[in-house]
Amino acid sequence: MSQNEERILMGNEAIGRGLVECGCEFIAAYPGTPSSEILSSAVKFVRETGVKTHLEWSVNEKVAYEAALACAYTGKRAAVAMKQVGLNVAADPFMRSAYLGTKGGFVLVAADDPGPHSSQTEQDSRFFALFANIPVFDPASPAEAKDMVKQAFALSEKYEIPVMLRPTTRVCHARQNVPCGRPEVLNRPPRFEKDPGRWIATPQFLPDLHRQLNEKMDRIAGEDALGPRAFRGDGSQPRRCVIASGVAFAHAYDLLADMGLLGRIDLFQVILPHPLHKGFIEEIRAGYDAILVVEETYPVIETQLINERVTGRRSGHIPNRGELTQDVVLSVLDKFLNRTPDPATRTAPEKGKRPSLCAGCPHRAAYWAIKTTFPGGIFPSDIGCYTLAMNFGAIDTCHCMGACISQAEGFYFAYADEKNPPAIVVSIGDSTFFHAGIPGLINAVLHRARFILVILDNATTAMTGNQPVPHLGITADGSPGRAVLIPDLLKACGVSFIRECDPYDMEALSRHLKEADRHCRSAEGGVAVVVTKHPCLLDHGARGNQAEFAMAVSEDCSGCRQCLEEFECPALVFNDETGSVEIDGTICVGCGVCVAVCPLGAIIAREK
Amino acid sequence: MKQQIIVSGLGGQGVVFATRLLAHAAMETGHPVLTSENHGMAMRGGTIISHVKIGAFHSPLIRQGHADIGLFLNRENLGIHGGMMKDTGTLFVNTPFPGAYRHCDATGLAMSAGAVVVANLVLLGFAVRTGGFFCTAGQLEDVIQRISPPKQLNLNLKGFRLGLEAQRSF
Ligand code: SF4
Ligand code: SF4
Repeated sequence: MSQNEERILMGNEAIGRGLVECGCEFIAAYPGTPSSEILSSAVKFVRETGVKTHLEWSVNEKVAYEAALACAYTGKRAAVAMKQVGLNVAADPFMRSAYLGTKGGFVLVAADDPGPHSSQTEQDSRFFALFANIPVFDPASPAEAKDMVKQAFALSEKYEIPVMLRPTTRVCHARQNVPCGRPEVLNRPPRFEKDPGRWIATPQFLPDLHRQLNEKMDRIAGEDALGPRAFRGDGSQPRRCVIASGVAFAHAYDLLADMGLLGRIDLFQVILPHPLHKGFIEEIRAGYDAILVVEETYPVIETQLINERVTGRRSGHIPNRGELTQDVVLSVLDKFLNRTPDPATRTAPEKGKRPSLCAGCPHRAAYWAIKTTFPGGIFPSDIGCYTLAMNFGAIDTCHCMGACISQAEGFYFAYADEKNPPAIVVSIGDSTFFHAGIPGLINAVLHRARFILVILDNATTAMTGNQPVPHLGITADGSPGRAVLIPDLLKACGVSFIRECDPYDMEALSRHLKEADRHCRSAEGGVAVVVTKHPCLLDHGARGNQAEFAMAVSEDCSGCRQCLEEFECPALVFNDETGSVEIDGTICVGCGVCVAVCPLGAIIAREK
Repeated sequence: MKQQIIVSGLGGQGVVFATRLLAHAAMETGHPVLTSENHGMAMRGGTIISHVKIGAFHSPLIRQGHADIGLFLNRENLGIHGGMMKDTGTLFVNTPFPGAYRHCDATGLAMSAGAVVVANLVLLGFAVRTGGFFCTAGQLEDVIQRISPPKQLNLNLKGFRLGLEAQRSF
């Protein structure tokens, strides 16, 4: 395939392509929707173009940030990609990096999720950029995101400052025809110049570094080339303007075009929401009486305009939460422009089908064993496919990556003085455990907390598209790394009770869980760990390696729905006509696990 | 030329692959294209929708009541995404049951082809054959040839052709 051509790229692929084309030599990421495909596409493009780049799925976002930043200290270009809440994890190195800056270009991609569609908050990373005081680009499309990667590297190197690119879900997961070119080959030799006042920067150096940061940002706010793009009106809508950024700009542009108002009213696309261009703030203050700001998700531009005639998220003209779909932007524009809304209002759509664990998912088996072994238990859990276990009441909490283990400690001490404390059974995926679970475990062991920790080891980061995990010893591009094994880690964390089993064998798992519970309650007890091992069924080859039964439901099925409500395999469906459950052969993988779930023994598995 | 297409289904039914095919076909036929799709949690069997916009658009999303063509891999989704359609829009639905739409038992045909996963291609073949698309069946077939994973290619083509030949119900 030639390298100078248009291609259909997803926003995340366009960003990955942009990073590779910019001669970026270190790209680190932790997967998380909507950002996950950035690194996997970079892997693809590095392979295709033959450039030399270090690519890694880091253990978490903080590690990714620190490693990439140090590479940039040597003058090379480096980048890090994560979802918005990943930046919470990386907040510590991030905040300080604004003061210390960089040498080679350093770009942080923080993908936001207005809505949210697949996140625990809909926080706006542009506010994080404002908080740290670094520049942030806000692309409206995949092609623009790719261009902005280039601009971000140039800006980062000109001012020796980290630069953020903030796409949102609708950019990350849009596809578009995007021009692609050859990667720049920079061949920069690593040159780490020792500069203790900067790279160590003890408090005495910080006031000066802070002054320098403010000066840089002041100069960036005066860069005309980064000022908002103007789409001027013809004067027929005097002293009225619409200011937008990101995909909200794209919606506003198309809607104004539909209304016949494009080229009649002044429309501005903000490229750099922070720092907002100084001249632009003045122009808006002097030139307009009615100003509408359309942005996602928080009022970042609106806040910086400092102008009482501005309307937007803060003024209540736009809902102060949620995604700005075209239909929301339309109603906002109608109000702002005093138009009568389109009468074709639609009936509110029905709710869709909720997602659930795949048919045959090993997590479902593990949760069935946990739930039935400990009725009345407390079940802290975490982030991953297994969060879907809430559908059938098998988990009680989900907070942020790794939190469930610390939560279990909190629950343990809250109940410690009760006469009959409930079983506390934590469940966490293997990737999440590596990401942020380990410090919580060390802390719980140290403080003699007692609970059962189930590590759901499916040998992958499933929810985000099956990225590799540290205990496989495989790196992002498939080359071998050195495996870090879970039992070794557990022992090193001071855990003395460790059992492993295949969760499909729910009886064995239940036995291990009971033994673990006895350990917790014994005199010398502590944290007991059970590792359930079975590959994610979406992982390559997993299904071929397991037995497949021919499944059927006999006439004994009374239609009690227990298997539907308590187990929720999507292959078990209720037939309204017969009033009983049947197996959807197009979905069933024949794992046979559901046999144990039916109290009447109506689900039957036969060898194929 | 402007055309807005939605592809509606459940996670795992190949909504995203159908979206990619349409996007590539648009590029190959010289049209600018923008699509929007779901990833993450919803992909585990939840209700999902893709938007495909062919022509000079900026926004990747289709407004309620503005889709020209609707491809529904799951009939139950009509109550959820039906409102996206223009009154004059054309609906293609994967179902053996007739209704106020053009229908084709894509799942049944896919199963006869050996894999339920190609129901998306059956429905696409069935729909593109009626004309009214921005591209021809031949152009779409070329894209299937180009972007299918090698292992899937024959199955994909088989599904697509079954759709092309499916009994028209209107
Ligand atoms: S992707 Fe894997 S881990 Fe996730 S629900 Fe499916 S089988 Fe389970
Ligand atoms: S055997 Fe039972 S649990 Fe396994 S996929 Fe089929 S219906 Fe679901």
